[in-house]
Amino acid sequence: MSVAVTIETIEKRFENFPALRGVSLDIQPGELVALLGPSGSGKTTLLRLIAGLEEADRGRVLFGETDTRDLSLRERRIGFVFQQYALFKTMNVAENIAFGLRSRPRRERPSRDEIRKRVSALLELVQLPGLEKRYPSQLSGGQRQRVALARALAIEPRVLLLDEPFGALDAKVRKDLRAWLRELHGRTGHTTVFVTHDQEEALELADRVAILNEGRIEQVGSADDVYDHPATPFICEFLGEVNKLPVKVVGSQAFFGDRPVLGGLSQNQGGPASLYVRPQHLRIVDETPLALPGVVEHLRRNGPLRRAEVAVEGLKKRLDVDLASQVAPAIGERVRLRIAHGNLFAAA
Amino acid sequence: MSDATLPTVSAAMPARSSGRARGESLAVQIVLIAISLAFLLLFLLLPLVTVFVEAGARGWEAYRAAITEPDALAAIRLTLLVAAIAVPFNIVVGIAAAWAIAKFEFTGKNLLISLIDLPFSVSPVISGLVFVLLFGAQGYFGPWLQAHDLKIVFALPGLILATVFVTFPFVARELIPHMQSLGSADEEAALTLGASPWRVFFSVTLPNVKWSLFYGVLLCNARAMGEFGAVAVVSGKIRGVTNTMPLHIEILYNEYMGAAAFAVASLLAGLALVTLVLKTLLEWRYGDVIAASRRH
Repeated sequence: MSVAVTIETIEKRFENFPALRGVSLDIQPGELVALLGPSGSGKTTLLRLIAGLEEADRGRVLFGETDTRDLSLRERRIGFVFQQYALFKTMNVAENIAFGLRSRPRRERPSRDEIRKRVSALLELVQLPGLEKRYPSQLSGGQRQRVALARALAIEPRVLLLDEPFGALDAKVRKDLRAWLRELHGRTGHTTVFVTHDQEEALELADRVAILNEGRIEQVGSADDVYDHPATPFICEFLGEVNKLPVKVVGSQAFFGDRPVLGGLSQNQGGPASLYVRPQHLRIVDETPLALPGVVEHLRRNGPLRRAEVAVEGLKKRLDVDLASQVAPAIGERVRLRIAHGNLFAAA
Repeated sequence: MSDATLPTVSAAMPARSSGRARGESLAVQIVLIAISLAFLLLFLLLPLVTVFVEAGARGWEAYRAAITEPDALAAIRLTLLVAAIAVPFNIVVGIAAAWAIAKFEFTGKNLLISLIDLPFSVSPVISGLVFVLLFGAQGYFGPWLQAHDLKIVFALPGLILATVFVTFPFVARELIPHMQSLGSADEEAALTLGASPWRVFFSVTLPNVKWSLFYGVLLCNARAMGEFGAVAVVSGKIRGVTNTMPLHIEILYNEYMGAAAFAVASLLAGLALVTLVLKTLLEWRYGDVIAASRRH
């Protein structure tokens, strides 16, 4: 089996709102894929379509060679973890985890003893041993999340689908669970798709990231791919912070006003374009040929980073400049900026 | 009679939260509490006590005779029978309606919600009259029913129909907001885990709403047994045959048999008290769950 899940030109409308407009994606066995996008981009709809909780208007989803339209929800064997976990409030942890196994038709159902063993093994796996008798209301957010995961894993799913798995947790728990999930995935090797609007989470966790915008996948690739080589201006702006400069390309150089700011271009055709530069790719330099003069207007601290806001004549928005190991300028100081790296997109 | 228990609780609600400090002066608090208490004593507790006092006025033997007299026994039996049919019916249909409204989107949903409230806004007497117009001897289906020797009005089926109509909203109205607030995620989770729709319903949906369901059933039952207006119209008041307890009480009273009337009334009042106690226990124990289901 070469591909675990194939998504073929899926289209889906809600009333008059097109949620997905021709989405295709292949997911390899054992892969951890993130569906990343702003709210309303269709990422959750796509996840629910893979799960069979929504039906596509056009296109299909294959598991291996099997068209999922021929499968009932039970036959799909999906492990779905909901954003708010959807643990059964009236059942304790053990009953929640055993629910999928107990729902099987009698001849496929494991014995009572076996179910109990499976439940405690799963609780061991999600690092909550001994919590069988607790009720969901007695658990913390992170614990509920892990019980929900154990419940989904109990049915030995073909694919694990997680909807904003860390959305409802506070920052510290989020970080811990993220590392833990990565490690768990490494151990169990389930093909996993998760939805998130947090780019940091997607880039850190996933083998590959699929970035959605307005019902389309704009780019699929590894974290390095999408971060270093964004395919569209949207991705540039969505993944991390970025400065935007209107430029004109002439020959192999990009001009801001009549000043050349970036050279050595080859792939672009001439004409107006937008140059996207990340704060860490702006350097404060002494005199060089390709430099942008400006005035430091503000200095602030962003966690470990110090950052200068530099006003450039002819640009409304101040440029963000990371001051990694550079000597901090003073407010009001005139500086020159060199662009170490940028992404150029022809103006629409 | 049991109608009187409903306002008791709603009047008691503001009293419960009055202990909280809100900056009002002590005098205002005392005055407000005194007014509420005086009202409760005078208009609600006093009549209730009167029922029991009057019922026991002629002594235990007279009381026993009044409620074991054949017509009274027949009325009690009929009331229990009507409730035993109407309440389960309304549970099933109420759950179905609440399920449809809370979990699905369809055209006409708002109309359905308004229709569920209809029995509350129509006078019970009119509800009864409608059934007479439909199924009575002169009614639309009268000739057909007579030809097939079926009796609805002035018989058990009529009583059940009228009671079902009047008490329909109780279960559905408790369940709809609760189910709506729960959403469908639990059901979807159960379905992806491979549960059949029946299993999803009985092991996830129903347990999730069991307390608001029980609450609705309690109110539904109290009203079913205590209903007077609609039942009075369709009953025909045939003694020992189509008289329910409330109708029997009225007849006794009109015939100047006050003590007997109050004796039977004390049974209904007892039911009301049991309902009230259960309801208070429920609110006390599962208040947060039920509060989630309340919007009125």
